[in-house]
Amino acid sequence: MKKGLKKTSLAVLATFTLGLLLAGCGGADNAEQGAADGEQTNDKVKAGFIYIGSAKDGGYSQVHDDGRLEMIANIGEDKVETLVREDVPENQTVENVMNEMIDQGANIIFANSYGFQDYVKKVAEAHPDVKFMHFSGSILGDNYGNYFGRMYQPRYLSGIAAGMTTENDKIGFVAAMPTPEVIRGINAFTLGVRSVNPEATVQVVWTNTWYDPAVEKQAAESLLDAGVDTVAQHQNTTAAVQAASERGAYSVGYNLDMREANPEGFIVSPVWHLGAIYTEQVQSVLDGTWEATSYWGGIAEGAVDISEFGDCVSEETKAAVTEAREKIVSGEFDVFAGEIKDQNGNVMVAEGETLSDEELLQMTWFVEGVVGDTTMTQQ
Amino acid sequence: MLKIVKKTEATIKQKIAINIVGIFAALTAAALFLALSGFNPLQVYISMVEGALGSSYRISQTVIQAVPLIILSLGIAIAFRMKFWNIGAEGQILMGGFLGSYFAYNFSQLPKPALLLLMLAAGAVGGAVWALIPAWLKVKFHANESITTLMLNYVALKWIEYLSAGPWKDPAAFGYPRMPRFTENAILPNVFGVHIGWIIALVLVVVVYLFLNNTKKGFEIAILGESENTARYAGISIGKTVLLAVCLSGALCGLTGIIQASAVNNEMSSALANGIGYTAIITTWLSGLSAPVIVLVCGLFAILTQGASYIQTAFGIPSAAASVLQALILFFVLGSDFFTKYKFVWQKSEHQTKEGK
Repeated sequence: MKKGLKKTSLAVLATFTLGLLLAGCGGADNAEQGAADGEQTNDKVKAGFIYIGSAKDGGYSQVHDDGRLEMIANIGEDKVETLVREDVPENQTVENVMNEMIDQGANIIFANSYGFQDYVKKVAEAHPDVKFMHFSGSILGDNYGNYFGRMYQPRYLSGIAAGMTTENDKIGFVAAMPTPEVIRGINAFTLGVRSVNPEATVQVVWTNTWYDPAVEKQAAESLLDAGVDTVAQHQNTTAAVQAASERGAYSVGYNLDMREANPEGFIVSPVWHLGAIYTEQVQSVLDGTWEATSYWGGIAEGAVDISEFGDCVSEETKAAVTEAREKIVSGEFDVFAGEIKDQNGNVMVAEGETLSDEELLQMTWFVEGVVGDTTMTQQ
Repeated sequence: MLKIVKKTEATIKQKIAINIVGIFAALTAAALFLALSGFNPLQVYISMVEGALGSSYRISQTVIQAVPLIILSLGIAIAFRMKFWNIGAEGQILMGGFLGSYFAYNFSQLPKPALLLLMLAAGAVGGAVWALIPAWLKVKFHANESITTLMLNYVALKWIEYLSAGPWKDPAAFGYPRMPRFTENAILPNVFGVHIGWIIALVLVVVVYLFLNNTKKGFEIAILGESENTARYAGISIGKTVLLAVCLSGALCGLTGIIQASAVNNEMSSALANGIGYTAIITTWLSGLSAPVIVLVCGLFAILTQGASYIQTAFGIPSAAASVLQALILFFVLGSDFFTKYKFVWQKSEHQTKEGK
């Protein structure tokens, strides 16, 4: 009996070794696979969407999925098919997911989180026939580009609303990681707050994660414990908004309208509108006119905006925000126009000057009025 | 009345039969779940197999999934043979990855073969040292190893998170807390399209098999697992044997860590283990601590994982539903294991009537 088992075990082992060997031999040539089709029009496009969270997370990934659905409605189901993967972590997993999508015939892949960037570049360079668009990063090559929005514009507007709504002039900000994108958003928000309420401060707490509802909520609670009466956020879910709601505090949301999470204290959300960019991208693949770009649309282009106001917002506040919005859309006003000082009172942008896009994309300092540290990821 | 009775150890045939019934029950339950969610179960199952084995690319992906499971399961099996419940593979992976990466980041000027060997050795040492802590606590203070090994996982995780946000942070990543990518000569080469880890895994299967079954130490480990007293009467040094076996167990887990970091992730990160250290406990247990069976079980498990990944994109099955599917299958297969040791019997309830119930 024992011997029989040994023999079967060895047979199993041998079979697997053989299987592995065969797999290995086959695997070698897959890099060349499908490099055949060049730039041409497509009858039907297969578009892959990779989300860091759930498509129903009530925030960041949902915004992307809404954009995907809008794109399908615009282009028509006969012309586009989508492949969706949710809950993809910012590690090597995303590489597998992209390869899987390519294996299933994807023509273009959208990856929605900052931490996917290096993997997108790596896979894109190995698959010159597939197109890649990475959200929130800065990579640009023959077959890969990036897309994002001037979220700092609606963030500035939400800052005006928060600055006029706060009662004790203490605002908290739950922020993911000190990347230029997040720092820029906090700065724009603070500039908005201080444009109407020069005494107010914005206290920042880092969570070190984009997507972790429990941690996001804890961070908001720590700010509320510290005495803020309004909580803004740069996170993927509604957790911080809920935390404020439970304490009867005000909330500025993010990504989409979050009034349901704080019916009484919801002020406004800076929101994404990604249907247009997704439609444009997929249409250009259909037409064979796709080119790698760095897309950075603002309110004027319809890529970003603010949601409807919450019930707690006064008419006066609404009017002030609407006026500022019009000036941004018309180009009359730029959020990062001088004079702007940093936390230590140094003038970073002189009167009459404006930060360039490049400077915005590399921003690593906080403006005056922010309480927090851009270099430390403390809890 | 329904009673649970321990039965005599099932024969191999019975065990196989019970497991097959378990797998069928799993597939039926999962089919019900899929049908209720509006998918055609048969189609989904077929694509799961296609997704895992349908092309050479997919097979290579499945193999990449199986490699770490195999090496980890071998390591865990050594400790489990001794009934030392090493739940700490997760942490040992991270510490192996950590020590191996130390050389990857700081000695990248070395020639590639030297650097890689150094990294692999360091990885094994990192995992071994991390496992030795609970082993020593067990020998010295009889500390419960399932608790200590588990707790050390979190210590390891926080240590790596600290490194990636602090001293080892990639300066080129702006504020994003991540460690730099490995240089080209710190990345394990591919052999036939899959990283060399698969050869390491297969060699280790043979080595661990021989060690456990054909060496004095392997025999001593098995005796110690059966009964500490027997081992003591046989003149086996208990402390030394525990330390050695757990050291080997941790070394294999640490080795997995650096292999994954180098060949698969091309960088060190706190997401290196990502739960695979716990998954490997399941595969180890299902394989009955036998090295050759580990290859089979881990292979099947990799197919399940890769297939579940594939159907998410192919059918648009939400990731949560795919997890439920995997969990259902595991639940039934693990549950069927119960019936190899116990059985249900109907007893005419004499006691009940007598006790006046």
